[in-house]
Amino acid sequence: MSAETLPRIDAPARPASGPGTKSRPWGQIASQVFLIVASVLWLLPIAFALYVAIRPYSDTRKYGYVSMPHHITFDNFREAWTQSDMLHFFWNSVLITVPAVIIVLCLASGVAFVLTRVNVKVNIALLIVFTAGNLLPQQVIITPLYRIYLKITLPHFLSSSGLMYNSIFGLIVINVAFQLGFCVFVLSNYMKSIPGEMYEAALVDGASLWTRFWRLTLPLCRPALAALATLLTTWIYNDFFWAITLMSSGDKRPVTSALANLQGQFVSNQNLIAAAAMIAAVPTLVVYILLQKQFIAGLSLGSSKG
Amino acid sequence: MSSASQAHDPAAAGARTKVPARRRRRMRKMTTRDRIVVALLLGIPLLLDLAFVWFPAIGTVLLSFTKWNGVGSLHTKSCVPNMPSILNNGCVYGVQNYHQAATIYPEFWPAVRHNLIWLAVFVVIATPLGMLFAVLIDRGIRGSRMYQSILFLPVMLSLALVGIIWEFVYSQNYGLINTVIGRNGNDNAIDWLGNPHLNLWAVLLEATWRQAGYVMVLYLAGLKAVDPSLREAALVDGANAWQTFWKIVFPVMRPINIVIMVVTVIESLRAFDLVYITNKGINGLELLSVLVTTNIVGETQRVGFGSALGVVLLVISLVPISIFLYQTFRREESS
Repeated sequence: MSAETLPRIDAPARPASGPGTKSRPWGQIASQVFLIVASVLWLLPIAFALYVAIRPYSDTRKYGYVSMPHHITFDNFREAWTQSDMLHFFWNSVLITVPAVIIVLCLASGVAFVLTRVNVKVNIALLIVFTAGNLLPQQVIITPLYRIYLKITLPHFLSSSGLMYNSIFGLIVINVAFQLGFCVFVLSNYMKSIPGEMYEAALVDGASLWTRFWRLTLPLCRPALAALATLLTTWIYNDFFWAITLMSSGDKRPVTSALANLQGQFVSNQNLIAAAAMIAAVPTLVVYILLQKQFIAGLSLGSSKG
Repeated sequence: MSSASQAHDPAAAGARTKVPARRRRRMRKMTTRDRIVVALLLGIPLLLDLAFVWFPAIGTVLLSFTKWNGVGSLHTKSCVPNMPSILNNGCVYGVQNYHQAATIYPEFWPAVRHNLIWLAVFVVIATPLGMLFAVLIDRGIRGSRMYQSILFLPVMLSLALVGIIWEFVYSQNYGLINTVIGRNGNDNAIDWLGNPHLNLWAVLLEATWRQAGYVMVLYLAGLKAVDPSLREAALVDGANAWQTFWKIVFPVMRPINIVIMVVTVIESLRAFDLVYITNKGINGLELLSVLVTTNIVGETQRVGFGSALGVVLLVISLVPISIFLYQTFRREESS
């Protein structure tokens, strides 16, 4: 997509044509100062929570959070991890996030392929249905959804409660259904940029529709799929609302929404909450450090049309 | 868009006028197996989307005209006035839910006001701040990549986590702000998150902290896609940076500006996690999204009433959604 290839082309040209450099050097300085101040302010809350997490409760109780470090300890992390059974909640997050991301990408790429490469009469209308569905605030659909989840029964191996409500399966379904729209939108934009000649050639070779989808289109969409996978993993892992409303019991909730319970559990020891919060941030921080480009590419694909 | 492959290269299609027609015929001639594949690829996700997104969305509208506590069944008989609510259950209530919300539900207008303040802060502060970050970073000043990474960091964190992290900043006796300004004594401490006159603004600072980075990334993508020759032309004509941005760059970024507008409005309607993690959305932090939720997951279930509040959210959100769809798909029709 143009959005990703262009910066590399125009980046070297920019400093030479940069209007600030020759006419107004103070503009550069002001920008630098502004961005440095903003960066410090932006890092401060996270750094502060981390600082609370690595200090023993007795210290912060005595001197307050804003004080010189008398002792530094990692005990809070160990204690938060064991006392709150965080491994269990992380596992719930994995059980929800991994299948949901895979299913969304499979389904969305199928829809996007059909809507861009097969002449379905109503393809724009369908694209609108998918795209608009993702833009609705979750609270618009939650009331009937909650009733539906209480009505649908599931076999025991999918849900120990026997209902869609309060099951991991139910959370996967709503995350898939809700994220589908965004992925269909992004992938169909991406697929439109594939030259039509490639499909002509495939047709001449007698490739079936499935072959054109599976062997031709999907491999070409790999960059978009990778970017979307990064984005979706973060979003579904970070989901709070579906898990709070569609799950009653704390022990089935994924880690992000379980934090609300931990807050109650550790109410007398804020340092443990800080440590638990930092632990819960680790997966997203790993994505941030390793896959930031993918994440940003995903957001850019969603906002700029090819 | 009659056929995607055709629309892609109009010049080539024009040169070989016979090809499009032939191609279209070939597209239509699908084998039975192809048809089944199309039906499955399209049908399963469509069914899922309709069943779990659109059916509930319509359901919200329908339920908002009923009175129902979730127990027993719904029917189409009208509710009888002046009867105990136990007997008036699952009945058609007309616009009474809306009427009650607007007149006797004490949290309704505060929630509307808070949502409007939320939107205003996003429009006036968070979004322009994010755009400013993007413009400064896009000018390629030294360290721009580092600034981008730092300002973007909060976007990765879940809102629930953001709420927890900021509680240490706002904490009454030990928190960062109160200690620094010396208001952390037992008698003079400022209760940032507990005081109903302050807590909305405190939470909005958290929300802005995250939203600005989000807008920045979206806007940066748009800025990088702007044809650099446009700027060069403006420079040659003697425009300064300020003029270049407002007269040249901003207008050509119309599509991305609309995306940002949609994100801004929808995110301020969706706002829920931050206030819920702070105090479950009470005592100064009421929002429409919270009221919808408390009416269905609380002990007293007021399905019809909660739906009516959901419809309010739906109606407001349809405005930016329609604008976005119109600008996105109108171009598609014409191409």
